[in-house]
Amino acid sequence: MSTIAEPAEITSRGEPQREWRPPSYWPFVLPALVVVLAVIIFPWAYTIWMSLHEWKVGSPPTFVGLANYIRLPSDTRFVESVWHTLVYTALSVALPLLLGTLAAVVFHAKFPMRGFLRGLFILPMMATPVAIALVWTMMFHPQLGILNYLLSLVGLPPQLWVFHPATVIPSLVMVETWQWTPLVMLIVLGGLAAIPAEPYESAQIDGATRWQVFRYISLPLIMPFLFIAAMIRMIDAVKSFDIIFAITQGGPGSASETINLYLYSVAFVYYDVGYASAIVVVFFALIVALAGALLRLRQTSHWNDAGGVA
Amino acid sequence: MAHFAPTRRSLLQGTLAASALGVSGFPARADVQWKKYAGTTIEANLIKGPRGELLQKYASEFTDLTGIKVESEVIPEQQQRQKAVIELTSGKPSFDVIHVSYHVQKRQFEKAGWLMDLTRFMKDPNLTAPDLTVDDFSAGGRQFAENDKGEMHSLPWSVDYFILYWNKELFAKKGVTLPKTMDEMAIAAEKLDDPANGIYGFTGRGLRNANMTLWTNFFLDYGGEFLDAKGNILTDGPEAIEATKMYDRLMIKSSPPGSAGFNWMESMASLTQGRAAMWIDGVGWAPPIEDPNASRVVGKIGYALVPAGPKGQYSAAYGDGIGICEASTKKEAAYLYCQWAVSKTMGARLLQSGGGVPFRNSILNDETVRKGVKMPAEWLEAVIGSAKISKLGLPVIIPVAEFRDIVGAAVTATLSGADPATELKKAHEQFRPILERSEKA
Repeated sequence: MSTIAEPAEITSRGEPQREWRPPSYWPFVLPALVVVLAVIIFPWAYTIWMSLHEWKVGSPPTFVGLANYIRLPSDTRFVESVWHTLVYTALSVALPLLLGTLAAVVFHAKFPMRGFLRGLFILPMMATPVAIALVWTMMFHPQLGILNYLLSLVGLPPQLWVFHPATVIPSLVMVETWQWTPLVMLIVLGGLAAIPAEPYESAQIDGATRWQVFRYISLPLIMPFLFIAAMIRMIDAVKSFDIIFAITQGGPGSASETINLYLYSVAFVYYDVGYASAIVVVFFALIVALAGALLRLRQTSHWNDAGGVA
Repeated sequence: MAHFAPTRRSLLQGTLAASALGVSGFPARADVQWKKYAGTTIEANLIKGPRGELLQKYASEFTDLTGIKVESEVIPEQQQRQKAVIELTSGKPSFDVIHVSYHVQKRQFEKAGWLMDLTRFMKDPNLTAPDLTVDDFSAGGRQFAENDKGEMHSLPWSVDYFILYWNKELFAKKGVTLPKTMDEMAIAAEKLDDPANGIYGFTGRGLRNANMTLWTNFFLDYGGEFLDAKGNILTDGPEAIEATKMYDRLMIKSSPPGSAGFNWMESMASLTQGRAAMWIDGVGWAPPIEDPNASRVVGKIGYALVPAGPKGQYSAAYGDGIGICEASTKKEAAYLYCQWAVSKTMGARLLQSGGGVPFRNSILNDETVRKGVKMPAEWLEAVIGSAKISKLGLPVIIPVAEFRDIVGAAVTATLSGADPATELKKAHEQFRPILERSEKA
């Protein structure tokens, strides 16, 4: 407390320079800080620390530096799983977005029994993924599944669905789409409800076609909602686990093994905690990069004035 | 489930009487002091399935007998294995008794020393009924439970043999007889194929990892051995290649489309819906096959031994055991529970319901127990016949899961036309360092 006795120094701005004191609000920040440290920062730091060790459950960890990361690019199963994750994510963001928007436009119009049908439409979203995965597994059965029966009714040859490496990812995306299209619909429906009636009225007076009304009025105005939907879908799809695990366990071979499934095997089946942690770190970086790219796209696309409303 | 004629009380009396009299002829020995640990509560960690559920169902009988309360949790297989490893590694498991899958965990548990040596308890007449002797367990069971010093660290409980399920109706329609060898089986399957009507000669597991339990039966029949004397893995040799070719012949030519992604569930569906004429898998599937609510082939399925290969006829065996954690503080009470789990009464129930096959010869050879079996007589014959030709279906190593994934992926790849020799070699090179590292650790 010696500064009190000395004459206060005058700074260039003419204010006396005081000793730093903690801001008066710090007791209010502390609880949040502790929680963040405990549940976000610490697990992350610990994961990174683990990823620098060769560590099998049951034996003591040994420090290996970046060896686990160096092993990743030459691990074909990992490289393939990254590729599977990207394809799976791209498809299961695009399809629900497209179909969900379409469904929202349909359900935005007024027609009898609309509320009931809307309720029916969002049922898949409420089902437990593992339970519906088991139902789909039997629906996909090449001999006994109902899907091949339906194809046969319209004269199409039977498909192998999740039982062939080439069709397994699209088939899984189908389940994902079936389950999550309603979510996109709900979000977009909210967006549509928020649009005022005036632009539509003037468009009608100007003689705009239905397509023009959608393309130049609805679409630009619901863009922010679509971005949100895309973001939620993307994060969900990247870390999708339950449906894939319950239907194919990453098979046939490793044709539908995403990073998440591989990660699970490495950590909880092979008990290779160190290597699994390295995969987690890379996986996290990938999610952040994807989310960042989407946010950037949103900032640079000027969706608010795109197309120029009527 | 078994429909048991005697009442619970009479069964309990029977168990006690059997313990008191003793099958091995020591009527003068001290009785087991069942009630000594009354009031204790033990925790048991069990695997979901007919075996774990049977113990849970009759737990009150154990409490009546001993006064010991059992808190048991029944968890699906894969999750149970994870939980067990994580908790045992921590040194303070939440359970005293653990259900072990020998074919996956034997070496891992032994090396880590997680289970207590039961030898002392088994010799103690105050704790062990005279009919429970090491010799009563079949050779396969002892192979599973004993470590290299011959100590029992668990009690062998139930074994799963691979057998051949065959649809008699489809066989009769095409005038085909039951194959005795692998070659005959392939020829029979090709004759039974009728893709126009959606019927195939064979079905089985093709999905990576799951397929290894089936493939290894072929491997054994073709003279394969998993490890050499130095502990090197031998799954890329000529036996493995020939076995894979036979597996591929059946799975590509004569199995339903998409078999590369089949686990037991899809295979069983093909069989029970009358769409596949043969299936090789564990003995435990007889109850759903003979259940009219789940199956269209009730009474039409024959049960037989897995056909012989050029180098012998084997049945791949997978087993469960029950053991006590080294860290448990209630070892005696836990031991009484384990003993009850593998007792004659519980073993008889297991066998009679078709949910599993006890390792104890005294149960399998008991006429009255056999008479109570609800499954067809042929099933029991296949079980007893398989016991005589059984061989461990997976190598006794720590990284069993990696082995199943890596070699399993190679075998699945051959179903899409990849060359068996190349794929197995590749898998071998990938797996060898993993095995070496696991033994060094």
